[in-house]
Amino acid sequence: MSEESTQPAIEPKAGGHGAPLPESDPHGPHDGETHAHGDGPHLAHHFDTYQQQFDAGKLGIWLFLLTEVLFFSGLFCAYTVYRGMHPEVFVYAHYFLNTTMGAINTCVLLVSSLTAAWAVRNAQLAQRKFLMVNIIITIVCACTFMVVKFFEYQHKFHDGLLPGPAFHPTEQVWELESFKKKHPEAAEYAEKLSRAAEKKAETSKAAVAVDLNAPVTGVFDRPTEEQLEPLIKAGVIGPEAEDPTRPSKPRNAHVFFSIYFFMTGLHGIHVIGGIVVWLWLLKRSAKNQFGPKYFGPIDYAALYWHLVDLVWIYLFPLLYLIH
Amino acid sequence: MEHQEKSEKAPSAAVTAVAGHGDAHADHGLAHTMPVWMLIAVLAALMGLTVLTVSVTSFDLGSEGNLVVGMVIATVKAALVCTFFMHLLWDKKFHAILFATAVLFVILFLSMSITDRGEYQHNIDLYQNANSAAPAK
Repeated sequence: MSEESTQPAIEPKAGGHGAPLPESDPHGPHDGETHAHGDGPHLAHHFDTYQQQFDAGKLGIWLFLLTEVLFFSGLFCAYTVYRGMHPEVFVYAHYFLNTTMGAINTCVLLVSSLTAAWAVRNAQLAQRKFLMVNIIITIVCACTFMVVKFFEYQHKFHDGLLPGPAFHPTEQVWELESFKKKHPEAAEYAEKLSRAAEKKAETSKAAVAVDLNAPVTGVFDRPTEEQLEPLIKAGVIGPEAEDPTRPSKPRNAHVFFSIYFFMTGLHGIHVIGGIVVWLWLLKRSAKNQFGPKYFGPIDYAALYWHLVDLVWIYLFPLLYLIH
Repeated sequence: MEHQEKSEKAPSAAVTAVAGHGDAHADHGLAHTMPVWMLIAVLAALMGLTVLTVSVTSFDLGSEGNLVVGMVIATVKAALVCTFFMHLLWDKKFHAILFATAVLFVILFLSMSITDRGEYQHNIDLYQNANSAAPAK
């Protein structure tokens, strides 16, 4: 559709095809300009009417969105199956994620969704200035999202929270602030167990068994439910733990970070793609190409943008808000 | 610039048309235009639900319970975005049907996968028990 703008000489088909010319410009005629919005140049030659052109484009973008939904569903399937198999991995890993950053990004994306929807309205009403402002806000929000994501990724790289064989967390889960805040007693208990196991390993080379009912060293009181339950649920001790002799992490904890990086990464790529599209549309709206008869590109981009938002609406609770 | 008039169209209809469940053809312009108050109201609702979904994690509803509540809230948010921001309420019903079809297939995809995997749980248990250096449940 962009090429019409470079060929202002093409006039719309004359009356027989019923292509109406703009009568509905609230800001007065743009006679001096080569492409006033809604003018003939934006009706591609293979469409009879603006309505037909718009409907065809809309159907096209919806079909594209369907493929996007199915595209993402593969990763959601991986998530569902793995969480069904190993909930402890997800409980363990979610302590490493920063809920505040996730929540900020959720709000940023929601605001950008509003401005995208608003931009459609502006384009329909040929409000060039508001349209540009809304597109700029959308782009700024998208960039903010990516910057926050960048810091999150950087933090994870730094802490060794990487997928697959690269997974070497520098911190134990019970040493994290997020864990201590939620389960102070369990954190303390894990710390004690860990120290005791180390001591024992030093003195005798025999492995120290973490038995739930009889604590290793005998110097502890019988652990309470509050001390044990969070640790078992996070796979730090108990049947899913990697190391039976001391508090550790669940087996295959790295799989969570594979899923995390693939899901947020694919989503991030979509955000970047959206930024590129919005920049292009910003340029076009600066040229005043959109109006009541021709706002399809803005509408389609906004639909895509809402889908990116939709994916995040599900990713946020699934990755950051695990209980 | 020639001005061909379609007599049945009110010239400014596309500009002022805000209301309505019109068929998006005759005198409402090419498509429905969202009023500003509605856009803002939807955003407010979405923000409120975000706060709700974050704050609900501090209550223990059981691991399943929290997941279900989280997903229900996410689905309400998604429905708001689809209905209003994506114009599905006023759009051709065909687009809504298309989208619903995609969602249906995602549900089929996920549920089939879970069911299928559940079928093999027994074998996994057997395998892990046989190699029970680390005891499996």
